Amino acid sequence: MNNARRPSMIGDALAQVGAAGLFLFAILAAIPKSLRHFRETLRQIWFVGAMSLVIIMTCGLFVGMVLSLQLYYTLAKFGGTAALGTVVALSLFRELGPVVTALLFAGRAGTSMTAEIGLMRATDQLSAMEMMAVDPLSYVVAPRFIAGIVAMPLLACIFNALGILGAHLVGVSWLGLDNGTFWGNMTANVDVWTDLVNGVWKSTAFGAVIALIATFQGYTTPPTSEGVAYATTRTVVSSSIVVLALDFVMTAFLM
Amino acid sequence: MNETNHPNGADPATAETDAYVQIRGLHTVLNGKVIFDGIDLDIPRGKITAIMGPSGTGKTTLLRHITGQLDADAGAIRVDGRNVPDLSRNQLFDLRERIGYLFQNSALLTDFSVFENVAFPLRQHLRLPEEIVRNIVLTRLQAVGLRGAAELMPAELSGGMARRVALARAIIRDPGLMIYDEPFVGLDPIALNQVLKLIRTLNDTLGITSILVAHEFAAVRRAADHVYLIAGGKVAAQGHPDELAERDSPWTRQFFGGEADGPVPFQYPARDYAVDLGFPAGVA
Repeated sequence: MNNARRPSMIGDALAQVGAAGLFLFAILAAIPKSLRHFRETLRQIWFVGAMSLVIIMTCGLFVGMVLSLQLYYTLAKFGGTAALGTVVALSLFRELGPVVTALLFAGRAGTSMTAEIGLMRATDQLSAMEMMAVDPLSYVVAPRFIAGIVAMPLLACIFNALGILGAHLVGVSWLGLDNGTFWGNMTANVDVWTDLVNGVWKSTAFGAVIALIATFQGYTTPPTSEGVAYATTRTVVSSSIVVLALDFVMTAFLM
Repeated sequence: MNETNHPNGADPATAETDAYVQIRGLHTVLNGKVIFDGIDLDIPRGKITAIMGPSGTGKTTLLRHITGQLDADAGAIRVDGRNVPDLSRNQLFDLRERIGYLFQNSALLTDFSVFENVAFPLRQHLRLPEEIVRNIVLTRLQAVGLRGAAELMPAELSGGMARRVALARAIIRDPGLMIYDEPFVGLDPIALNQVLKLIRTLNDTLGITSILVAHEFAAVRRAADHVYLIAGGKVAAQGHPDELAERDSPWTRQFFGGEADGPVPFQYPARDYAVDLGFPAGVA
């Protein structure tokens, strides 16, 4: 009779978290060496950053437009439409910008990181690098991790800017709110350090977490097509959950 | 069953000092299956040693042990005087800088052109002027007959061409130990002949120690100085290829003669064939 106990889902999840933690230390240790591959890091920043611009800008514009529309009718009930610019900006800078950008980033850049590294694992490219005495952690993983940290806050800022533009288009150009009121209240009530910069910190943390999850999933995937597919799915699911949980924790600390 | 001259498989003629790779008491169990059951073998310095054996016998696993890609359960693996299991990651990378490895599936970097694939080890480890890098790369590509394919991407290559590019990449830094994992698979007779000549030339002119894993006995006979036949987790036979070909033992007769019946079963262990087909046992 087999007495071996089947590991529970919670046990598996904890083991994964532990392994990802060790992987993070390995990446951090590989970062100094990865500076030798600066061009590769720049290429990755371009790939996960610049190549994500279309989806980030489009979504930012529409999120701002929807937010403006919803808030205008809500604020109108209390005679507070003058606060539209302020409320939109605070919502975007503090929450929606970093969180929605992170979710989009996980879907656009995180999945491509996982699939690319997973396929490199499946086709022995990572083993070939190791046999050429090139550490895949410093050549493949660390540049992508750095790219995630650098690109995410920039993308979140662009998302915010497009969101404000979308809100202005709906609130001022369409619904007729005064242009001076929209901008004046916003600049008077939004603080760069407590509102905008806190959002940047959040998005930096989200970028690190997503890049860690994506590279970890790719690096440790079973070398099969099914393994790569599952790893890619896990990247999106895990990143989304961790981003939302981390958002709550960071909001509690940064309030 | 062991046909070797030495009870543990290692040939006393290849003394401890002139072995580039020395393996003692190697035990490996993977997924509950015993791959190596205490094998000993020596790879003589400056010679071409072929490792042969039935599919799934652990030839590639042996190469992975030698290069430190996979830890063994027990045993000593000394490469150029250093015990591989004791090496740190950095020491292992130092050792690998002197090893060229041709992967079974070529393992070319798919984002790089043929030229950049071959230049990759040079660019990563040496600061050379671009002109010198170009000349070295083109020289190696000329040796494998693919200088004209330098600008192609790996996806544009046939399996045989990819293997030759991988070979050019493996020899780019004139390694002390060259490991070929199935170098002849997918090559047409012309390319096979050229690759065979190249392996022999590298060995004769540069004195590179080579380990050759292959199934093509005719090619191995032309290239190798020594052959180890591994089966059932042990060294089943060893010796010069000509000597092995003429040796009258069930192992060599079956493996080199390609017979289905013999000490190496052709069939993977399974239930009775008749029972699997729905007949009473022993009918089929």
